[in-house]
Amino acid sequence: MTPMWYIVLSAILFSVGAVGVLIRRNAIVLFMCIELMLNAANLALVTFSRINGTLDGQIMAFFVMVVAAAEVVIGLAIIMLIFRTRRSASVDDANLLKY
Amino acid sequence: MIDVSWGEQVVFYILAPIAVIGALGMVMARNAVHSALWLVLTMLSLGVFYIVQAGPFIGMVQIIVYTGAIMMLFLFVLMLVGRDASDSVIETLRGQKVAAIALGVGLGVLLGTGLYRGTVDLTPVGLAEANKNGNVQGLASLIFTKYVWAFEVTSALLISAAVGAMILAHVERRKDERIGQAAMMKERFLPGNYPGPKPGPGVYATSNSVATPAKLPDGNPAQRSISPILPLRELEPAEKADKHTLTGGHQS
Repeated sequence: MTPMWYIVLSAILFSVGAVGVLIRRNAIVLFMCIELMLNAANLALVTFSRINGTLDGQIMAFFVMVVAAAEVVIGLAIIMLIFRTRRSASVDDANLLKY
Repeated sequence: MIDVSWGEQVVFYILAPIAVIGALGMVMARNAVHSALWLVLTMLSLGVFYIVQAGPFIGMVQIIVYTGAIMMLFLFVLMLVGRDASDSVIETLRGQKVAAIALGVGLGVLLGTGLYRGTVDLTPVGLAEANKNGNVQGLASLIFTKYVWAFEVTSALLISAAVGAMILAHVERRKDERIGQAAMMKERFLPGNYPGPKPGPGVYATSNSVATPAKLPDGNPAQRSISPILPLRELEPAEKADKHTLTGGHQS
């Protein structure tokens, strides 16, 4: 086994997340799928860091985490706002950007 | 090509299937809360992978920030939006699911094989040299020198995200929409409204679940004693039967 298998695992997790974004309709579950894709990218970054022998990959994974945290806060606030006005968290219902 | 240690192989062969199962479970679970819990499983195994790959700091941050903070935020919002906010099964686009799964499998195979073939000949350097003074020290010396600008911009991002969330979550109430205390009291004692507090759920010798309704004096379940979001749990005949508690266990 080589460390490259981590990259294969991260590719699998990334595509599972992408499929989830395509087939799920609940906005919160969509968000979780995006989180899964970000996590898969993080796993690849940490593995690259190990392959290259520098810590830069880990730092990038760290910044990805910070950006993901900010994104989740804003995204969930928007979902709450949409839910408060439309009483639904399904992305199929939110086809108009008004009300 | 370099072989990784025996222990790491064992960890990988156990946790990699668990991570994939967690990801698949998250995509397939109907209930959004189950999705969140499956995702927690995947994130925990990824955290262990980071620790195994000589990144103890990033692994701990993964577990604390992702599974501890972000996923709990997800669960909070799920509880606010409503537990029953599950997906509809009706397809708006015909064949979307099949096409999406085919595309996903194609993407996974392409990415996986491409990246594997591209990187399999590389010799991993390993982080023993970079982690010589400790992982946290190594990360810190990079963050505060080479990446200090990105680090400072991150603080701006975080503060604007916090302010943005506050603005989005804030509900503006006009002065004339506010209900005063006197009006609230009048409404409370209007005919047709029950002014007292709602009864708590039933506590019996056999069940103290919040889903068990309390009994009214005439023996019927009190509907207001349980939250409407919980499915109503009827008392079983064995639970309804007289427990002879008043006679000290003797059948009268």
